[in-house]
Amino acid sequence: MSSQTHNHSHHYYVPNPVAYPVILSLGLLTLASGFIFKINNYPAGRWMMIAGALIILSMVFSWMGKVISESETGMFKSWEDKSFRVGMIVFISSEVAFFAAFFGALFFMRVISVPELAHFDPNYTMYKDFVASWPSIGPGGNVIRFGGALETYKPAANFTPMAAWGLPAVNTLLLLSSGVTVTWAHWGLIKNNRNQLIIGLFLTVALGISFLICQATEYHHAYTEMGLTLGAGAYGSSFFMLTGFHGFHVLLGTIMLIVILIRSIKGHFTADRHFGFEGVAWYWHFVDVVWLGLFVFVYWL
Amino acid sequence: MSNATAVHHDAHDAHPTGIMRWLTTTNHKDIGTMYLTFSLIMFLVGGSMILGVRAELFKPGLQLMRPEFFNQLIGVHALVMIFAALMPAATGFANWMLPLQIGAPDMALPRLNNWGFWLLPPAAILLTLPFTLALFGIGDGAVATGWTMYAPLSVQGGIGVDFAIFSVHLLGISSVLGSINVIVTILNMRAPGMTLMKMPMFAWGWLITAFLLIATIPVLAGAVTMLLTDRHFGTHFFDAAGGGDPILFQHLFWFFGHPEVYILLLPVWGFMPQILQTFSRKPMYGYKAQVYSLWAIGALSVVVWAHHFFTVGMPVPALLYFMYSTMSISLPLAVLFYCWIATIWKGSLSFETPMLFAVGWIILFGIGGLTGLVLADVAADAQYHHSYFVVAHFHYTLFAGGIMGIMAGVYYWLPKMTGHMYNEKLGKIHFWLTAISFNMTFIPQFFLGLAGMPRRIPDYALQFAEFNMISSIAAFALGLSQLLFVYNIIMCVRGGKKATDKVWEGAQGLEWTLPSPPPYHSFTEQPTIK
Ligand code: HEM
Ligand SMILES: [Cu+2]
Repeated sequence: MSSQTHNHSHHYYVPNPVAYPVILSLGLLTLASGFIFKINNYPAGRWMMIAGALIILSMVFSWMGKVISESETGMFKSWEDKSFRVGMIVFISSEVAFFAAFFGALFFMRVISVPELAHFDPNYTMYKDFVASWPSIGPGGNVIRFGGALETYKPAANFTPMAAWGLPAVNTLLLLSSGVTVTWAHWGLIKNNRNQLIIGLFLTVALGISFLICQATEYHHAYTEMGLTLGAGAYGSSFFMLTGFHGFHVLLGTIMLIVILIRSIKGHFTADRHFGFEGVAWYWHFVDVVWLGLFVFVYWL
Repeated sequence: MSNATAVHHDAHDAHPTGIMRWLTTTNHKDIGTMYLTFSLIMFLVGGSMILGVRAELFKPGLQLMRPEFFNQLIGVHALVMIFAALMPAATGFANWMLPLQIGAPDMALPRLNNWGFWLLPPAAILLTLPFTLALFGIGDGAVATGWTMYAPLSVQGGIGVDFAIFSVHLLGISSVLGSINVIVTILNMRAPGMTLMKMPMFAWGWLITAFLLIATIPVLAGAVTMLLTDRHFGTHFFDAAGGGDPILFQHLFWFFGHPEVYILLLPVWGFMPQILQTFSRKPMYGYKAQVYSLWAIGALSVVVWAHHFFTVGMPVPALLYFMYSTMSISLPLAVLFYCWIATIWKGSLSFETPMLFAVGWIILFGIGGLTGLVLADVAADAQYHHSYFVVAHFHYTLFAGGIMGIMAGVYYWLPKMTGHMYNEKLGKIHFWLTAISFNMTFIPQFFLGLAGMPRRIPDYALQFAEFNMISSIAAFALGLSQLLFVYNIIMCVRGGKKATDKVWEGAQGLEWTLPSPPPYHSFTEQPTIK
């Protein structure tokens, strides 16, 4: 970060007071408490969740709308632009750390806890017949759940792990190509070729949506035919949490790409000032890279 | 070189007043004030909770409360103190002082800054709401697992755990936003000419803090998310029957938890040398050595986490690795101590309240560090682990090293922030009462721990009675002394002797070049640093 000493020849833009953030927080509070009530069997939580979600959506919509209009009226110059860029990089780093937690859990279970469960002295373990292998859905046994409820966990007998070279490989192709198309769109923007920009973004959005459809098909197949569920032991837990959070990020990324597409059609962004576009593109590449990690460690190896 | 006016508003001077000013503000000083006020309130809330605990521990046997409620008080006390008192205090200072110290017009991302603060009250509500809900027959109270929320206890716990999980999520978002803001502000908003190695130490402390937060808070978020799905959606991350492992939770938690202790302290290590140099009237000793040590500690802090569960059953090589890596943190920490002491060495000292707190802080935090070294010894830790010795250790680091450090900062900057001098005499009394009752509270706990009293129990064996009684009495004295602090702050906000711009004779740094209190827009013209 070298430009500290450069001459800031204009004013830094400090926005006027706004009510979006505080209302947004209120929405989050409502959504979170509603969710807690719902999963603890207080049905009224559902209505709180709906209310919270509506508040959040409307705030995000207005807040982003405000930022877009500021951007279009030329409030942001290179000084602000750099703030946004550095901020986006830091934000994506925090997302990396979030995924790292789930990858860490996967490696821990695969390398440490599953082998350990199989290697206790047979005289002292209730998991005598358990063989260490991966994918594993665990030895089974009694589990004390939330609120002290005792549940006996029996690993599914007909369990099959997800193979890498079917739909997941197609998904890899889809996401990798979407990385290419979004870069191609960026080149279009830089060259001031608006058609290339719009077509590139459109293709990227289409690829993102196709990815989501494939993933939904895959999940459906897993649940209905493969005995692979969220409750399928170490493998099921890590499989669905990792791919699920990733899919959620693809969904968010796709929505952001759609916004960027609409803005491009409206004529927003210039060849030399388009942080909105680049921020979303960076995010999309990040989602792409996470997928490669998933493909290798969750599906393939 | 730049003489540009550095602040610019969209439609000019549309500033709401009253409550709306605070709800909607994008001004770094307003937001800093809200953080600091919130922190003070939550400090009192968390303090009252633990006084309930100390009252129960006043004598053996169960007197005042059910053990379940006792556990809830302990866990919520810790979460409140760490996430709602200490961290917001540091962020409050960052908001107030970073722009002033680096000559910036404001924080870089003012609206996110506002959001970062306004996530905190909802988080505090989520954390404490279950206490109230229980009164209406909903659930069985707040989280009762201790702040560490270890599985499987937390998998089996009641609705309070769910509230704590989402509270942690909101706190986490707030910390990430705060960190983004700090990093961007420091990297992009410094006055022309202020190179990184000319930055005030406080900016260094906070920059590294922010990096640590970005690296570790999301891991905690991941861990509690797994906890949530283990509780309600059938996953088996922490459950051997499915091939998972409760110890996995400990790894994830402490991967965050150990850096967290430095997250709490690095901001203090940042501004403390500034206080020391002010009241020693000489330049800070070893600026570069301090910066490198802060980096070294930051880097080491993410690779030592398993020293928090040496006794859980780990392979010997792992034990050795975590022991030596933990102990190696003492090296850069010793460099810092050396620099702090060398800064006051042969200075022309005066002992106003901030300096009293600063010197007391060096000594008491030193005890915290040394006892940490003892705990880092695998063989010794087998005896100390989960005993009151650990409790005493981390209160020397967190209350003395953290809270008392923050208090030094409050007295140091209060005149700058309010434009008035606080009552010096009351400040000194506050220091002595705090220092004495703090030691009286926690020295007995070292001995209780050595004698074998476990932590987190509402009842204990008879031989521990006397020391617990001393500790409880002193804890109430400690709690009551803080009312002086609150009184002094309130009086200082409302009036008092007018503070000069420089406030302290030996003060150095950009914040002292502005009037006290500084104008609404700090540096409308960025200063140039040579
Ligand atoms: C040289 C410095 C330090 C060393 C070697 C050290 C070492 C340790 C060790 C080994 C433990 C685990 C003890 C056990 O549970 O058996 C521990 C606990 C703890 N330490 Fe430190 N420590 C140091 C400094 C600090 C600092 C600076 C802080 C806070 C700012 C801190 C806060 C804590 C806390 C909060 C716990 C207990 C957490 C819990 O179990 O609830 N320590 N320390
Ligand atoms: Cu630690």
